[in-house]
Amino acid sequence: MAAHAHSTAAQPAILNEVNPTPFPRATLVENNRSFGWVTDKICGIIEGKTPTWWWVCFILACFVASFTVAGITYLVAAGVGVWGHANPVNWAWDIVNFVFWIGIGHAGTLISAILCLLRQKWRTSINRAAEAMTIFAVVCAGIFPVFHVGRVWFAWYLFPIPNSNEIWQNYRSPLEWDVFAVSTYGTVSVLFWYVGLLPDLAVLRDRFFVAGKKVRSFLYGLFAMGWRGSNRHWSNYEMAYLILAGVSTPLVLSVHTIVSFDFAVSLLPGWHTTIFPPYFVAGAIFSGFGMVLTLMLPLRAIYGMQDLITQYHIDCMCKIVLATGTIVGYAYGMEFFIAWYGANPNEGFAFINRAFGHYAWAYWIMISCNVITPQFFWFKKVRENTALVWILSIFVNVGMWFERFVIIVTSLARDFLPSSWGYYSPSIVEIFTFFGTFGVFSVLFLLFIRFLPVMPMAEIKSVMPAADPHGDGVIGHGDPDLAHSKLH
Amino acid sequence: MAAKPYGLIATFDTTPAVYHAAEKVRDAGYKNWDCITPFPIHGLDKAMGVKRSHVPKFSLLGGIIGFTAGMSLIYWSSAIDYPLIVGGKPYFSPLFAFPVSYELTILFTAFATIIGMFVLNRLPMHYHPVLKSSKILSGMDDKFHIVVEASDPKFNLAHTKALLEQAGGKDIQELEA
Repeated sequence: MAAHAHSTAAQPAILNEVNPTPFPRATLVENNRSFGWVTDKICGIIEGKTPTWWWVCFILACFVASFTVAGITYLVAAGVGVWGHANPVNWAWDIVNFVFWIGIGHAGTLISAILCLLRQKWRTSINRAAEAMTIFAVVCAGIFPVFHVGRVWFAWYLFPIPNSNEIWQNYRSPLEWDVFAVSTYGTVSVLFWYVGLLPDLAVLRDRFFVAGKKVRSFLYGLFAMGWRGSNRHWSNYEMAYLILAGVSTPLVLSVHTIVSFDFAVSLLPGWHTTIFPPYFVAGAIFSGFGMVLTLMLPLRAIYGMQDLITQYHIDCMCKIVLATGTIVGYAYGMEFFIAWYGANPNEGFAFINRAFGHYAWAYWIMISCNVITPQFFWFKKVRENTALVWILSIFVNVGMWFERFVIIVTSLARDFLPSSWGYYSPSIVEIFTFFGTFGVFSVLFLLFIRFLPVMPMAEIKSVMPAADPHGDGVIGHGDPDLAHSKLH
Repeated sequence: MAAKPYGLIATFDTTPAVYHAAEKVRDAGYKNWDCITPFPIHGLDKAMGVKRSHVPKFSLLGGIIGFTAGMSLIYWSSAIDYPLIVGGKPYFSPLFAFPVSYELTILFTAFATIIGMFVLNRLPMHYHPVLKSSKILSGMDDKFHIVVEASDPKFNLAHTKALLEQAGGKDIQELEA
């Protein structure tokens, strides 16, 4: 910077190159932490003793998960009649829960892929946990479509294998597209997550080796594939990571688009609308960021990660919730407008019925949680109040579950002929099964935070100022605690 | 210990230090050498003279295979193996075959990209002289190393050591093969 200042006088009228204006950037790792601090902090979680709260939460989560196991066992033994489904509502909580969980997963991929392509460096400290959330959410989502087929031992027929009459799958059906979309999504999310984990597993391998814990070193080493931080490897690695981000971006957008096709390609009033794909994708990201906040804020508090997940990170996430929540609110309004403007009496009735019919209570819960809640994030005071942000994020989760409930159940419950109208209520089996999936999710997430690095160490280090090869390379200047131990 | 070491390893404390040292090793004409860094350093490929990665070729191939596989699976199964009229729609149309082929394009691209990355990096390789060095711990944490291999035609124990020292390398050690 100084060099530029005293050469101003000599500068010609036309510059050879234009230097970008130095623009102050938000600090991504606060308190001038060193590279070593990042490694110790994140590995410390895995290397330390298992905390008591972890066991308490883990046992509680296992207990909750057992509800899903019980619900599904009963379902398989007795048949889908144990669910509250009855004509005309033959899709209800199963698909609501499926879309709810799949939607939650979308924020993880948004953070890891889309924000990577957009060079949003703040993604680094939250992307590992968000991707884990994606994978575990897809696991929870997958339970429902697999078991709602009733005779689950025929679920293999979803995949391209001809049945005993040699008949193939119907590829004209959006439900078959959905099978491919969701299974690709699950697989690619796992691959992307694993590639991100590779260098961090190598760190753990070497740390456990030095600590004399040979078994753990061996296990982490097995999955680290002999990673040694070679720059020739990093070169291919970064290219692979970029391409994975590049293919995950159209993937994540296509997954919820195809999920919305399950409805939009049908002829049912309230489902048959072209706004569904973008509206579902925005809703998915909205709910996913709600869940990221729900998970990351306690994690940040428990492990004292305020230097890694800073107020700036929370601000960014709240603003995405605000933006996507507003898009969702716009979509609700636009659906009503088109229902009126399209002048189709069935369509018009479907929407009036949503807002003022038997399920009006669900509709207004949805509106208050999804449209009103995010508007609080306009205010800096709200975004800075971590407890309030956490509570609002819960409302987002609740609201998005109700959105799917409203879309699916209200349209089905009022068929074209009033003689086949019905009212759906879930049975206790469905309630147990859904409640239990939060346990399944928590079990997986708790195992993740116990055994895998919750943040990508290599990526965090690469966005720290000391990682700049053209900077001064000094770590921790300005922090008296670190000045004595670190370089220069 | 074997008569000939695998190579020399030098340590650097900061990112700019290893970056500038890499430029010097590159300019000295070495080919079989590497930087060991805990995270990817922006621009280090250029400083090392590493060419653009070949991973995208694998990805493109995977994508083409995926898309073709999707389209041909649907064409063959719905129009040839067991043609069945559903909803009065044609046996095959690229439009309804598109979503599945699109997903398979992405699936195969992802697999090909990762396989390509592992093949080009010659991983998994659980045994390597660098992994045996005690320096790997710091190399995964907060230090940076340059390894010049003895297999390099320009390698000369004394000269290479002098070059690394002159480039600012500290604690230069021989790596056991």
